[in-house]
Amino acid sequence: MTPALPLTAPAGGDCAPVLRERNDSDVLRERGQREVFCGLTGIIWLHRKVQDAFFLVVGSRTCAHLLQSAAGVMVFAEPRFGTAIIEERDLAGMADCNEELDRVVDRLLTRRPDIKLLFLVGSCPSEVIKLDLSRAAQRLSGKHSPNVRVLNYSGSGIETTFTEGEDACLASLVPVLPAEPAGAAPALMIVGALPDVVEDQFLRLFAQLGIGPVHCLPARRAADLPPVGPNTRFLLAQPFLGETARSLEDRGAQRLDALFPFGAEGTTHWLHAAAQAFGIDEMHFRSVIAPGRERAKRAIDHCRERLAGKRIFFLPDSQLEIPLARFLHQELGMAPIEVGTPYLHRRHMAQELALLPADTVISEGQDVDRQLDRVRLAQPDLTVCGLGLANPLEAEGLTTKWAIELVFSPIHGFDQAGDLAELFARPLRRRDMLRV
Amino acid sequence: MQLTVWTYEGPPHVGAMRIATAMKGLHYVLHAPQGDTYADLLFTMIERRGHRPPVTYTTFQARDLGKDTAHLFQSAARDAYDRYQPQAMIVGASCTAELIQDDPAGLSEAMRLPIPVIPLELPSYQRKENWGAAETFYQIVRKLADKDVRPAAREGRRPRANLIGPTALGFRHRDDIIEITRLLDSMGIDVHLTAPLGASPADIAQIGAADFNVLLYPEIGDTAVRWLEKTFGQKTVRTVPIGHGATRDFIAEVAAVAGVDPALALDTSHMPWWSRSVDSTYLTSKRVFIFGDATHAIAAARVARDELGFEVVGLGCYNREFARDLRDAAKLYGVEPLITDDYLEVEDAIAALQPELVLGTQMERHIAKRLRIPCAVISAPVHVQDFPARYSPQMGFEGANVLFDSWVHPLVMGLEEHLLTMFRDDFEFSDSAGASHLGHGHAAPTAPSPFVPSDVEGQAANTAQGVSTSLDTNGSVETIAEPEGWSAEAEKELMKIPFFVRGKARRNTERFAAEQGLSAITLETLYDAKAHYAR
Repeated sequence: MTPALPLTAPAGGDCAPVLRERNDSDVLRERGQREVFCGLTGIIWLHRKVQDAFFLVVGSRTCAHLLQSAAGVMVFAEPRFGTAIIEERDLAGMADCNEELDRVVDRLLTRRPDIKLLFLVGSCPSEVIKLDLSRAAQRLSGKHSPNVRVLNYSGSGIETTFTEGEDACLASLVPVLPAEPAGAAPALMIVGALPDVVEDQFLRLFAQLGIGPVHCLPARRAADLPPVGPNTRFLLAQPFLGETARSLEDRGAQRLDALFPFGAEGTTHWLHAAAQAFGIDEMHFRSVIAPGRERAKRAIDHCRERLAGKRIFFLPDSQLEIPLARFLHQELGMAPIEVGTPYLHRRHMAQELALLPADTVISEGQDVDRQLDRVRLAQPDLTVCGLGLANPLEAEGLTTKWAIELVFSPIHGFDQAGDLAELFARPLRRRDMLRV
Repeated sequence: MQLTVWTYEGPPHVGAMRIATAMKGLHYVLHAPQGDTYADLLFTMIERRGHRPPVTYTTFQARDLGKDTAHLFQSAARDAYDRYQPQAMIVGASCTAELIQDDPAGLSEAMRLPIPVIPLELPSYQRKENWGAAETFYQIVRKLADKDVRPAAREGRRPRANLIGPTALGFRHRDDIIEITRLLDSMGIDVHLTAPLGASPADIAQIGAADFNVLLYPEIGDTAVRWLEKTFGQKTVRTVPIGHGATRDFIAEVAAVAGVDPALALDTSHMPWWSRSVDSTYLTSKRVFIFGDATHAIAAARVARDELGFEVVGLGCYNREFARDLRDAAKLYGVEPLITDDYLEVEDAIAALQPELVLGTQMERHIAKRLRIPCAVISAPVHVQDFPARYSPQMGFEGANVLFDSWVHPLVMGLEEHLLTMFRDDFEFSDSAGASHLGHGHAAPTAPSPFVPSDVEGQAANTAQGVSTSLDTNGSVETIAEPEGWSAEAEKELMKIPFFVRGKARRNTERFAAEQGLSAITLETLYDAKAHYAR
């Protein structure tokens, strides 16, 4: 019934693409003004994922204002995040600051008795005044145990860029994950917050493949922390989890190297990495993924005509840029001119990079004015950038796709591949439609 | 430390950005960590500007901390000057840079740029956005105004006014200026300079050439205008022309200051007739709660009572700098002034007062939506829909027309209300038909939240238990004993009352029962209470 699927691996029988070496010198590294979010922004999607966690930023009015601007309308739904705003008198003396923090946390936990996990999130101001949030977290954990566990991480702009906030958050969870029982069978862990609908799709696929048990980090509830140990194999669902991966490896877990699960090819490759690690029969693998893979390809096809051959320029934002450029190039025939990333994790990104055209400029970091000069010179068909740049570039006659949507929308896996392609096709279609 | 989810105002450097973005030929070099560029999108998205704000951020990172950041500041300032060639620069620090104590003033002075560089001291841990905007504009005016410039002799020319206060990201500032410029023109008065919005540093230098100043937004322009009074002897028109009556007062004040005939002003307002027409009769004594920045809240209260015939039941503002003005206004209406930047306090006040209309910021819009009370927006902070494409000033005669429409539309129109009462059992008017006429879209009833006090939802959900748990703003739990409760018959009758007044009816009935010492609420109690509170 199911035809044997030709997995479009460039060579060989397995899915490993041929690696093309990219030298360090190929990467354009820039320093200067960066037009990016700080890691606090990660709270906006993380708090929705972990249903009984609260994220308390210790910072300034600027931090609160940022969260409010980034969260938009969500701020009004009694969200599970807030800011303890440092005031003039807190800056006077450190002891006072800790007492104040305790008072704020007490008040918060009285108000929200459903909270089981509290993250104290460091900001630029709290880092600069060297407020020791890890000690505060320990102290408060003791005080509020066993009802509430208190952890800390930094989402400050001086240390983290946008999605790195999730990395820092998940990395802070790794040390408190339970150890897997001695002699445990190999288990799979999906690492990275995914929309529930996407997570469920992956869990169904792994179940059909016969891979199990499968855990997710983060789990939907604080009490369901996945176990970790030498028999844990993990797949990164997101490309920005360098620190989390390192912490998991420190606890003996092994990372399965794969393309990130964007598009039909990326998702196939990602699932295949797990299938191979768990010794799943190749024929069985192909028959299980065939329907999803076919659907993905059909859905992507709708956009191919509009996107093929179009030149695209990515400004740095989330670290999703390289896998997305690979997807758009490999499956939709787009031509990436420059792919900017705030941080390039070479090891995790090696297979992705190998699939990008040799003449694509990979840039790490940013000097925004110079990068915009390059955008204007290249006149790309589509520029992927932040909301601070999108309208100004549109006003200059360039078509843009605002990048933040790629973090908030379900885009992973087979059944979102068409939606993902559509996110890039829609601005171009609109450009062609408008007669104003 | 102050626990907060929502802030009415951003930090003071965002106020400075509002001035820089409003002006032309001015560049702001902001010593700030990576990430503070988020504020750009307030201007590019909410206000939908087609240009990046003229702000260069040093975007220092952890590895730069130490000696490096001062150097970073200087190279950023140098690059910004070379690239943008501004007429003048403002330099300052955001909250984090304030802590690392580089000195933008000294650092930029040492660079000896060939343009005026204005250092800003914006204490981020004490002050907020409006203060930052006011201080920035004041420093710019003080530094750039040419003190030798005076108005030309009055013979043979029209009087000239400066319009002071409009900024980027200001609520309806774009259209208010057009409206007021037109109004002044009809009186034979020219606008010499509008600032900061649209002004360049070179324009600011000539600010002294106007005969007088019109202060449109005290939150932004008051400090600068006081200095102009002292330095140039320019008089200030202080009436804020929001509403029909205030616009007429404004015209009288302008005419007196400029020495022209107030009768020259063309009254193009439909509002007085709209308000007197019989369809507006049902507006009489509608209970309205007003919250926003002090200027807009005070102006709205006058319009609400004197021009629409509402009863002002609550009045408040979030900017403490103008608390005194608001307290004075609250006395006029016999209400307790509410001066707070904590939205939970505002929510409590609205829930307790059960007004029939809320006039506020976008935060009050969401509170009102949750409490199912009609609402209109009168003040910043506002979201993207309140930077409309269409012409919609708040000031002047056209502004009065806009106010009438935008405040009345959320209310059920008179005839519609009458029909609702007549046909309340018809399916179109049942609860499940939703609240689309409230102007919030088709809102499904929200699930009661155990953590936010809401009298409408909370009491409905807890009646059966006889006890309701709610949280006051200090976060402590208080348990309120309730009467034995509603009889099934009374409860059923209550449900016949249209949902948008049901909360008030429930509340009034329960208060009446408590006052009368009744433990059970029967059908009789319901109608006794109705008679008791009849107006």
